Amino acid sequence: MSFALGPLSARAQRRRRGADAALPGSLGSSPMLDSWLRIDARGITVFTGKAELGQGIQTALIQLAAEELAVEPAAITLVAADTARTPNEGYTAGSHSMQDSGTAIMNAAAQAREILLGIAAERLQQERARLQAERGAVVAPDGRRIAYASLVSDRTLHVSAEPGSPLGDPAHRRVMGRSWPRIDIPAKVLGEAVFIQDLRPVGMVHARVVRPPSYEARLRSVDDASVLRLPGVLAVVRDGSYLAVAAQREYQAIIAMEALARAARWEEKGSLPQQSRLFEELAEWPSRNVPVAARGAADGVHGSHGGRTLEAEYRRGYLMHGSIGPSCAIALFDRGALTVWTHSQGVYPLRNALAELSGLPAQRVRCIQVEGSGCYGHNGADDAAADATIIALKLPGRPVRVQWMRSDEHLWEPYGPAMLARVRGTLDERGNIARWEYQVSSNTHSTRPGGARALMPSWFLERRLGPSAPEPIPLPAGGGDRNALPLYRIADLKVDYRFIPPMPLRVSALRSLGAHLNVFAIESFLDELARAGRVDPIDLRVRHLDDPRAVAVIRTAAERFGWRKYRRLDGRGKGFAFARYKNLAAYLAAAIEVSVDRSDGTVRVLRVVAAVDSGEAVNPDGIRNQIEGGILQALSWSLFESVKFDRMHITSRDWASYPILHFKDVPRSIEVEVLNRPGHPFLGTGEAAQGPAAAALANAVADAVQVRIRELPLTADRIRAAMTPSIALSLGAKDGSEARV
Amino acid sequence: MISLLVNGRAVEVDDDPGTPLLYVLRGTLQLNGAKFGCGLGQCGACTVMVDDAAVFSCQTPIADIAGRRVTTVEGLGTRQHPGVMQQAFIDEQAAQCGYCIAGMIMRAQALVGRSASPTDDEIRAALEPNLCRCGTHSRILNAVRRAVRARQAAKADAASSVGARGG
Repeated sequence: MSFALGPLSARAQRRRRGADAALPGSLGSSPMLDSWLRIDARGITVFTGKAELGQGIQTALIQLAAEELAVEPAAITLVAADTARTPNEGYTAGSHSMQDSGTAIMNAAAQAREILLGIAAERLQQERARLQAERGAVVAPDGRRIAYASLVSDRTLHVSAEPGSPLGDPAHRRVMGRSWPRIDIPAKVLGEAVFIQDLRPVGMVHARVVRPPSYEARLRSVDDASVLRLPGVLAVVRDGSYLAVAAQREYQAIIAMEALARAARWEEKGSLPQQSRLFEELAEWPSRNVPVAARGAADGVHGSHGGRTLEAEYRRGYLMHGSIGPSCAIALFDRGALTVWTHSQGVYPLRNALAELSGLPAQRVRCIQVEGSGCYGHNGADDAAADATIIALKLPGRPVRVQWMRSDEHLWEPYGPAMLARVRGTLDERGNIARWEYQVSSNTHSTRPGGARALMPSWFLERRLGPSAPEPIPLPAGGGDRNALPLYRIADLKVDYRFIPPMPLRVSALRSLGAHLNVFAIESFLDELARAGRVDPIDLRVRHLDDPRAVAVIRTAAERFGWRKYRRLDGRGKGFAFARYKNLAAYLAAAIEVSVDRSDGTVRVLRVVAAVDSGEAVNPDGIRNQIEGGILQALSWSLFESVKFDRMHITSRDWASYPILHFKDVPRSIEVEVLNRPGHPFLGTGEAAQGPAAAALANAVADAVQVRIRELPLTADRIRAAMTPSIALSLGAKDGSEARV
Repeated sequence: MISLLVNGRAVEVDDDPGTPLLYVLRGTLQLNGAKFGCGLGQCGACTVMVDDAAVFSCQTPIADIAGRRVTTVEGLGTRQHPGVMQQAFIDEQAAQCGYCIAGMIMRAQALVGRSASPTDDEIRAALEPNLCRCGTHSRILNAVRRAVRARQAAKADAASSVGARGG
């Protein structure tokens, strides 16, 4: 419960490390300690630019500050993601919150403690090394203690961070590494006001938007006279093809929206791809090549290794984020200033986009993040904030709440892009992978704001802004090429990303971006190579890995699953997969057991075992919760999901037309083993499971019924067709995505 | 005006009789538990109890339930005294974003009201109408099992203390 400093003061240690070293985490962009931490008579307040999205980040950040400040977590108040109060940490995305904000807060807290000890040493006329920080006070050997709040003035922590921090000893953690109960859960189970949907500022009115029937539709005419006479209706807002209505009460707004939709006449144009030929079309869309990696002789002629060469193509359709709570925002335009409450992942980028949309200077726009339903990437959150802004500008002085309807979210959110990967691999005589060629094709995986044109409602305004030109996300993180490079040691290798600019369907960042399909493809193909070479798929992986942490998660998952001693019952099978997210973040291995009903192709996932190493584990149960959730969500994507459309319209408009995982589909057991690495950097957790879960599932299905499905989702229809040789042959000839193994 | 009995409190509301209960709970009565998810009866985020049954409040016009007992998650407990089901969800850390959780709790509460010792299959079947997107399902199932055990233990305690007095 205490910290004692060694003979060499921490500041002296830092000086010795050199002043030019980079500041850790987000201290690099917000170096002042009081940007992160304030201590006064009211207590300790920690500030983060990262948003709670249901991942439990608030609890973990509080644990970090509590550890380094030697206080209990309950002594800390956290303020998150508010452009008027917190540091600018960009987006809460990419499993980066612990690396960015966690690292900054931990270091800032350690440096603040050091400053407090220094001040106390002078006051107490004691050597600093003899003082200890504990429970919110500095304590001298003679028992005298001074509370932190008595040691600081307004300016005490208004100093720049230094590169090195006197961080606590990883061997003596007190709060970190413990499964502290999440601070946000009690309010959620008690029905307290937690979510943005629960905010009710005085004078608030309810708005709904009448969306166009398709992406490029234009409003020809609308007769709103009858709508304006409906009970509670305050205003109809029309701007170009943008159409909305505001009313006193929420259900009045819904009734008015329905009436307004009936009164609107639209002109439709444009066309969507033919869904049944999506992947053939995608293979031909204009593209530009982004080289990912090339080494050895993979550019040369094939077949020189004397072994077997396999080829395969893997696919996934468009996927929805599918938040259970549709997007929502509240905006108030008052005396020339705009305040927007939003569940956006990035309040600062959104502020700039809304400033451009409204024509206000950015300093007159404030965005405050309030929790929404889980988003899993770029969903409708920013667009709803734009809706609320557009309508609030027409109703000054009144807080305007826009709640998206279910169909708004299903039809208008930006989807995770459809993807296609082609791979060719060669085994040498010893059964090792000698050569690997891989090409993945997809749209961009981020159309986040950006400017106002990234906000979908702006596309329909009179002064209309079209979608912004897409760009690939640079490596090493990558977008469509995220995890396109296998972590395995392969001498001759070539990996390319076919980046496709045209976006017939709206797309953006969905949890794990391209890693879902790339890991599905790589880890499915590894399994196919293992079968071809008659070697155990885990042995094949381990033989090609040099990183002991990768091998550790693989061995842990395999042992806990009982991989070696597994006895296969008829119709059952086991599958395995591994990836290191982005090849630089968390390591995760998963083993899955399934049963497949041979009569109808239905898959039941029976059991999942995963092992994860995300560096030092601040809250192990929080990591388990995220990984369990990631696995189940990836199983949902991979078993059931694909956005449906005709040549003009998205047709997945609700949960009946876009089915997802239900309770009946949930495995009997999901075990997650967290390999804690005290003292190691945080690697992030949220997206690590998506790819491995998908691949382990497909590998288990292949093991169970000897058919290899290379197109997601693994629907019962697809599996049944693949199990029926005649149908499989005709399907295989058509799209090459299913084959017997 | 329509009279409703919400969490044991009699209230009069002036909303249109065709208004679904969800909007009256959230708007007129300013309760947060029932959530808007789809407005179609497809996701269960809006689940509350009417008398002893779990219903989609987004599909239930207030005219249909005048005078009947409505229970929302707020009616199950407080910070100081969470309900058994609420405490079980806290103990199992059975939430990620938490948006679906109040609906899950109400669906489970209706189940344990009609069945003292539901099997695993019965728990799954009861929760089937409710969707969770974060993938918290296995923790939700664990929380319901825990609540069932807690209720059984409480009953056994009560029975044995009655027995002790009797002896």
